[in-house]
Amino acid sequence: MLLLEAILLTVIVASTPLLLAAIGELVVERSGVLNLGVEGMMIMGAAVGIVAAITTGSSALGVAAAVAAGMAMAAIFGALTLGLAANQVAAGLALSIFGIGLSGVVGAGSVGVPREGIGQIALPLLSDIPFIGHVLFRQDPFVYASFALVAGVSWFLWRTRAGLVLRACGENPASAHALGYLVLRIRFLAVLFGGACAGLAGAYLSLVMTPFWSSGMTAGRGWIALAIVVFASWLPWRAALGAYLFGGVTILQLHAQGAGVPLPTQLLAALPYLITILVLVLIMALRRGGGGGPQSLGTPFVPDR
Amino acid sequence: MRLVLERRAETPWTLNLLSPLLAVGLTLASAVLVFLAMGQDPWQALWVYFLMPLSDSWGLQEVAVKATPLVLIAVGLALCYRSNNCNIGAEGQFLLGAIAGGGLAVAMHGADAGRWLLPAMLGVGALAGAAWAMVPALLKTRFGVNEILTSLMLVYVAQLLLDWLVRGPWRDPDGFNMPHTVVFGAEATVPLLLEGGRLNLGTPIMLAVVVLGAVLLGRTLKGFEITLVGEAPRAARFAGFDEKRLTWTVFAITGALAGLAGVLEAAGTVRQLQPDLSPGYGFTAIIVAFLGRLNPLGCLVAGVFLAITFIGGENAQIMLQMPLDVTRVFQGLLLFYVLACDTLLLYRPRLLRRSGA
Repeated sequence: MLLLEAILLTVIVASTPLLLAAIGELVVERSGVLNLGVEGMMIMGAAVGIVAAITTGSSALGVAAAVAAGMAMAAIFGALTLGLAANQVAAGLALSIFGIGLSGVVGAGSVGVPREGIGQIALPLLSDIPFIGHVLFRQDPFVYASFALVAGVSWFLWRTRAGLVLRACGENPASAHALGYLVLRIRFLAVLFGGACAGLAGAYLSLVMTPFWSSGMTAGRGWIALAIVVFASWLPWRAALGAYLFGGVTILQLHAQGAGVPLPTQLLAALPYLITILVLVLIMALRRGGGGGPQSLGTPFVPDR
Repeated sequence: MRLVLERRAETPWTLNLLSPLLAVGLTLASAVLVFLAMGQDPWQALWVYFLMPLSDSWGLQEVAVKATPLVLIAVGLALCYRSNNCNIGAEGQFLLGAIAGGGLAVAMHGADAGRWLLPAMLGVGALAGAAWAMVPALLKTRFGVNEILTSLMLVYVAQLLLDWLVRGPWRDPDGFNMPHTVVFGAEATVPLLLEGGRLNLGTPIMLAVVVLGAVLLGRTLKGFEITLVGEAPRAARFAGFDEKRLTWTVFAITGALAGLAGVLEAAGTVRQLQPDLSPGYGFTAIIVAFLGRLNPLGCLVAGVFLAITFIGGENAQIMLQMPLDVTRVFQGLLLFYVLACDTLLLYRPRLLRRSGA
């Protein structure tokens, strides 16, 4: 029971950053924008978050700075792809390259500086339930936030008018424009939300998971978050499922290494990436082409006046 | 005031030339700001970054050595991107080429291999790169899986494969447990062109590929097909062009060129396999392809420019103690500006005064 509890706790830690980044990107893609720069926004969140936390001595300010950094990166992307109708795939790649470089410059002075992680919040009463209480209700604030975000996004997209308009921008921006909605503004706000979530995910990496900065510490998690959105068929609760599946694979791989499974560590480390490919294939094979993402995903929209 | 984009009826040819130059100019201007922010003398830093690599024979040779893989990969990527295939995993295809070609060199080490060894390595490397690229291509045409994600995931797999090989089965037995293979024998290395430098036969091969690429795109039916599928897929379908076959072709060409670049890097420049064989050539080549306007000759010019930033970055690290990551920042900025300036080609931006509507 104790081992299982320990494994589940590490799965939650591995899955939370994936879920945070994926839920943000899900909203972005629902609005019809494909931002491939999640990795760049996330790593900037990680770098700025830890540097701000070290200089101010406050974790809360660190998190706020990380979110702001993610949004600033997203704003660059938005200005390019929405303001100037640039190629979204290339702009996203540029954002990733830029973010990885800039985070290295920003974090250069703080490599390996250790820091207290952010503590857990035990929910009264609930956390006293044996086992379940320990696993579910004695977590750091990010874990609660990630599930609040999933529930909130799900409610927003399907239960509010604004959510309907956002989805309309992703399906048919011309119609949304004809109805008088400001497609570009709505898409820009969605992109900013995605940046905030990616920044938050980055803060989780550098402030909670490994409470110090190391260059390139996102290690492809931003890209896996993109794969999770496809896996989830652009549905929030399935994104949570996907994130935990991928988090689980990562942890399984680590435990297999620790238990001395006679396989090269590199093969085990490659598993999450290989499984991502496998899952994408399975999803597409099951879906048989139909019912993919938002209709206008990735196509720039330039309104006629 | 607000910015409004109006679609151009046609693009003046001068803009096609001006837009990349404008992007480079804006990058240099931003570089000055970055240097100032880091407390450097901007003129000295600019000189170290962008001019010093061109100031002596050794530097010029290094520029050519670094430009070789960048241009080789970018020419392939240009074909891919023109036909709407988003292969962003050239880094992995590069590494697979190096692994296959380098593996042959390791296997034949010490044996009397003869003159066929190097050509065989180049061939095997190109094939391995193409095979690695065919995975996302086949998954795309067979299942409709997004090639952006699959090609990128395979980069991580290739990096781990190389890491395992050089730390495990292929490790140099006399290498004091360091993670690298034996230094390749003379038959397994690409011949040098000049004394006192690293310029090797790879660079002329790259130049030949640029010419071949330009001929393929500009003078053949295949080239027309690639451009047409990218720009007007419906028209291409009416013309009877097979989109699936084209996807396989461009992925195979890109993979083969990236693989070739990988062997040339391993057998020509580094002369052994090691985990950090590539400083991200496969990703930088994406910038090269876009800066070169997806045109092989343009890629050559763009590749030389980005090679200069690589060497300038190393110089700046040594002489000015600037982190190597600054180079990435410039490369990212450059791609931002390239994309922003490309908007000028399609649209005429106009500032409108905000009126009632």
